Amino acid sequence: MKEVAVIGVGMTNFGELWNKSIKDIFVEAALKAIDNAGVDHIDSMYIGTMSGGLFVGQEHIGAVMADYLGMNPVPATRVESACASGGTAFRQAYFEVASGSSEIVLASGVEKMTDGVDVTAALATAADQEYEVYNGVTFPGLYAMIANAHMHQYKTTREQLAAVAVKNHRNGKNNPNAQFRNEITIEQVLNSTLVADPLRLLDCSPVSDGGAAVILCSMELAKQFTDSPVRVIASAQASDTISLYERDSLTTLKAVSDAAAKAYKQAELKPDNIDIAEVHDCFTIAEIVVSEDLGFFEKGCGGAAVEEGKTSLEGQIPINTSGGLKSKGHPVGATGIAQIIELYEQLTGQAGKRQVKDARIGLAQNMGGSGASCTINILEAV
Amino acid sequence: MISPKYAREIPQRYRLEAAKCKSCGKINFPPRLVCPRCKSREFETVRLSNEGKILTYTIIRVSSDTFSHQTPYAVAIIETNDGAKLMAMIADSDLNEIEIGKKVKLVFRKIQDEGVWGLHCYGYKAVLI
Ligand SMILES: [Zn+2]
Repeated sequence: MKEVAVIGVGMTNFGELWNKSIKDIFVEAALKAIDNAGVDHIDSMYIGTMSGGLFVGQEHIGAVMADYLGMNPVPATRVESACASGGTAFRQAYFEVASGSSEIVLASGVEKMTDGVDVTAALATAADQEYEVYNGVTFPGLYAMIANAHMHQYKTTREQLAAVAVKNHRNGKNNPNAQFRNEITIEQVLNSTLVADPLRLLDCSPVSDGGAAVILCSMELAKQFTDSPVRVIASAQASDTISLYERDSLTTLKAVSDAAAKAYKQAELKPDNIDIAEVHDCFTIAEIVVSEDLGFFEKGCGGAAVEEGKTSLEGQIPINTSGGLKSKGHPVGATGIAQIIELYEQLTGQAGKRQVKDARIGLAQNMGGSGASCTINILEAV
Repeated sequence: MISPKYAREIPQRYRLEAAKCKSCGKINFPPRLVCPRCKSREFETVRLSNEGKILTYTIIRVSSDTFSHQTPYAVAIIETNDGAKLMAMIADSDLNEIEIGKKVKLVFRKIQDEGVWGLHCYGYKAVLI
């Protein structure tokens, strides 16, 4: 296997992009990445998209995007793993470069969610249709059940959940691509409308449009394009039961701990070697559970950790310096790639007011459904 | 006419039929072709106990369009007395009374109307006891 580098990144603003189509959004992100890397061609491309079919009535996303990017006849593959589609697309691109079968590969993600469909129903297709969704559950509902179980078992508090959203908005304020660039308070979270008890509106990531893309090539080739490539030192993935009710534990996301174990082994690292992490905070409780399952904190201590500032920009392990899904926005298929972009900017010292001093190793954790799939990619500054 | 998609789940939704693994004894609901615990492919059909307890729950305030006329409603993960688990709406109960650990009974109820033709779809819901 060849060593693989990320040499360029690009993304659209995340938000309600009503005057842009899914094609416009993808092409804008992809062109930015291509220009940023300075490459004159790509050999292959991967596009993570959860549901072009349900959100905009368009499938065959690989072909559509290769055409509109002006890249025919380059092979283009759409990758779907619900909300982990982006992280999974990155992993496929990583393999294609590592194997030596392609030199320069584009890994991307895109979603167009605001064209007017029943978004709650579309997102629910990431859960079991016949035995979860049939009985009325929604995605906020699934994570709300995890939250209730975590609060019951570990005495995690409502205020600790809110602290995740407050922190992520504080970070996102300084991210020019973020959907919500405003700070919020604990009181605002606690007084926002209930969506699925105990989760309130400000515990939930928003409905967003957006695209993100990165360019990968081998470490040897990377030197031709940039003095500051970022090395991919682990790319791991795991699966778990599609239904939340099948799990032995309702307070652990086993796909996260399984993927993390593999990723740490590949990179020969321990959790405390990680300088920064972008994690999948689709709901505030998700960031707390994931921060435990990645090994940053003891099981049950994730809530206290965020409240004590351990995951803030100046904390022991800054989490979601980009603003996370909560503040940056969550165009589902684009999220996993946008996480990689935040790591790239941090590790190359380009994160502006969000910059974590001396960040050298970053971890991106992207998750599908109620944790039925998870990818973890670890990047290192060179 | 009922849809094939609905009809093939009737044994589970009407009668709580599950597949008990002949090798390790795990009760799989719904039935599967491979036991996820021991990989055995041999099962016997059993009917789940219709009593159990709440492992966790939520109250859905914002739903998909299909259920929007029913909000707010509660959904819970139930462990039946024989150790199987499933997800069900909670019916005929005060939302304020729902707690983790409380006992429930599974009952037969209408769940939703399917498609533009509004086919009545049935199944199980949980009632606090
Ligand atoms: Zn078995």
